Amino acid sequence: MTGLQKILGIRRMPWVFLLPNLLAVLFFSLLPVAINVFYSVTGSDRLYPSERPFIGSGNYETLFDCTNYLDASTCSSDLFWRAVGNSLVFVPIQVICMIGVALLAAVCLNREIRGRGFFRAVFFFPVMLSPVVVALTWQWILQRNGALNGILTWLGLSPVNWLVFPNTAFFWSVFVTVWAHMGFYTIILLAGLQSIPRDVYEAAKMDSATNWRVFTRITLPLLKPVLLVVFVLCVIRSVQTFDELYVLTGGGPGSATMLIVQYIYEVGFAVQPRNFGLAAAASLLLGVVLLIFTGLQLRLSRNSQHG
Amino acid sequence: MKRTRIGLWAASTLLAATALSGIAQAQELTVFCDDIGFGCLTMDPVVKRYESENPGVKVKLETVPYQSLVESLPVQLESGEGPDAAIITDLGGLSRYYLDLTPYVNAANFEKEYSQTLQWLRGSNPTSKAINGMPTTLTVNGAYVNLTLFEQAGVPVPKEGATWAEWAEATRKVAKATNTEYAMEMDRSGHRFASLAISYGAELVDDQGKPVVDKGLKDAVEQFVAWHKDGTMPMDLWGAVGGATHRELFSDFLNAKTVLYFGGSWTLSQMDKEVGDLFDWQVAPAPCGPSSCTVMPGGGALVGFKHTKQPEAVGKLIDYIAQSKNNAEIVSAAVEIPAAKSLIENGVTYPSASERTQQSLSTFIAQIPKMAPAAYRFQGWRYQRAMMNALTTRISQVLNSELEVDAALDRVKQDVELAIKAAGQ
Repeated sequence: MTGLQKILGIRRMPWVFLLPNLLAVLFFSLLPVAINVFYSVTGSDRLYPSERPFIGSGNYETLFDCTNYLDASTCSSDLFWRAVGNSLVFVPIQVICMIGVALLAAVCLNREIRGRGFFRAVFFFPVMLSPVVVALTWQWILQRNGALNGILTWLGLSPVNWLVFPNTAFFWSVFVTVWAHMGFYTIILLAGLQSIPRDVYEAAKMDSATNWRVFTRITLPLLKPVLLVVFVLCVIRSVQTFDELYVLTGGGPGSATMLIVQYIYEVGFAVQPRNFGLAAAASLLLGVVLLIFTGLQLRLSRNSQHG
Repeated sequence: MKRTRIGLWAASTLLAATALSGIAQAQELTVFCDDIGFGCLTMDPVVKRYESENPGVKVKLETVPYQSLVESLPVQLESGEGPDAAIITDLGGLSRYYLDLTPYVNAANFEKEYSQTLQWLRGSNPTSKAINGMPTTLTVNGAYVNLTLFEQAGVPVPKEGATWAEWAEATRKVAKATNTEYAMEMDRSGHRFASLAISYGAELVDDQGKPVVDKGLKDAVEQFVAWHKDGTMPMDLWGAVGGATHRELFSDFLNAKTVLYFGGSWTLSQMDKEVGDLFDWQVAPAPCGPSSCTVMPGGGALVGFKHTKQPEAVGKLIDYIAQSKNNAEIVSAAVEIPAAKSLIENGVTYPSASERTQQSLSTFIAQIPKMAPAAYRFQGWRYQRAMMNALTTRISQVLNSELEVDAALDRVKQDVELAIKAAGQ
């Protein structure tokens, strides 16, 4: 290494150490993005770049060909806009529910309760399950002749076809995804809660502060950096939601639970002939949205560090 | 000198061994198939025999899920990867990846045995004379009927020639009398819906390979939607699911929760095993629409792929499986309808199947001559899957009041045209 340092000089040496990681980033991140950009401006159902003619903005024009962007039915790619609309509703609702429930669970699990270790494990179990297993399990529970309707019938209530109606299907989509992933965020929040110094709480107790006041004036402000990370991770995961819903509802009823990633998958892989270009264009747009969120996180965390 | 000779001898032995092992490696073939009907399980004994008759050839039958054959295999093929051969069902859609087997098989025999179905493998090239594979079995859409429920309800079973409307009426009466959940169910599949549509007069595709949206298709969609709205059919299959998702609820028929189930001949063996003596059932002759009494033909084919490094070995394996004796053995074990002309004419015995299953097979086979030309044309169309996916997606949207029927039909046409444009760019 000393010989190399003599040749390159001390200022260039850090690049030598960074080189393996830089190559990995180049190969596994930047190259796929470049390939994606290439596919989005070329046509045909062929995979080989040499067999894909350049069509410029053709795929983007197909996606954005609308007379009224607020009405998906006026768009030539109506399913894309329905998926965008569904994602715009699904993501905020799911993120709010996810953070709310995860925070509640973390606060409860942070207390001195009996069987705390057991409950922490219980909340984390669904995270370890494959998304397909999660979806199939909930399908078994929610279908017409499923377990939930069995219980309702046993209680003398009328069964409900949960996945047939858009509103109930949407509700269960949010519920199942929150159930499946909340354990992950609970663990992060729990770690954040445990890093808050005990003496702050003791001081508040001595001042006879109510539980609510302690929560809003001590816990939440001190948890803010962790909450911010959880928020951004949660938004990114939520925008990328696919596997559970694809198996549970297939995007239905109709297109009520079709989210943007499912649209990309269907256009690019599930239907024949495969429209790789259109799928690449849609995924690039999704990437831009995720970049905006990441930028937002960086900005917010910088602000929070400064002030 | 002696040392040099020994060295030369050793080197040449090593070279020969390497070359031989190279040959041995070159003779290993991978075949993708699923485990239903004419698939890995039923081909295995014949393939083992082929291996014993052809030392040095190793055939690896790889069981893969049907969904993988439909969704993953085409992507593998497009990237120049994948198995040497596979049993596929998207006959026309994958045509550009097929190996021409003509130099390696008994071409005259293939032409004689599969004159009608070989064309399905040739995709959009009507002048092609290539032999791209061996059509394994024919499949036929069809209705399974719970006779016990009909008997309990005291409703006569509609006879051959009964219309879809008459079947709907009769099964509704049975469902009501026996407190059965639903009168009729149909797989969420564009292929199944095409049976109904063509019997209502839909052309679906014209001679030039252009999608057709006509009055027949509109009538069929309207009728289909009406059956969902009035509760004749459940929303679970077509209504509750979105996109191009394929869904079946065969368990509903097995559990006597529907009077009629519109599925296909490939589930006969499953019916036989799982229903047993629980109730009496039969396969009904094709329900009629205003235009014809047709169902959709379908089937699988064992095809070789262009990218294989051993085209001759692939061709010889397929030729061996296509020989009447071997083909009959697999078809018999699979309990499916043969695709080979001689087997259709001479009949195949199904020793493992019950009498009821054999009768059902006869009913399915009896539908083949009644199939409308439009059904054959649609089955061999390269963009058939694009049309079927568009139908499932758009009909589900109509069922959920996202689209009107006319708007849905416009979308179907637009979706297929976009697919054709995307493929042709």
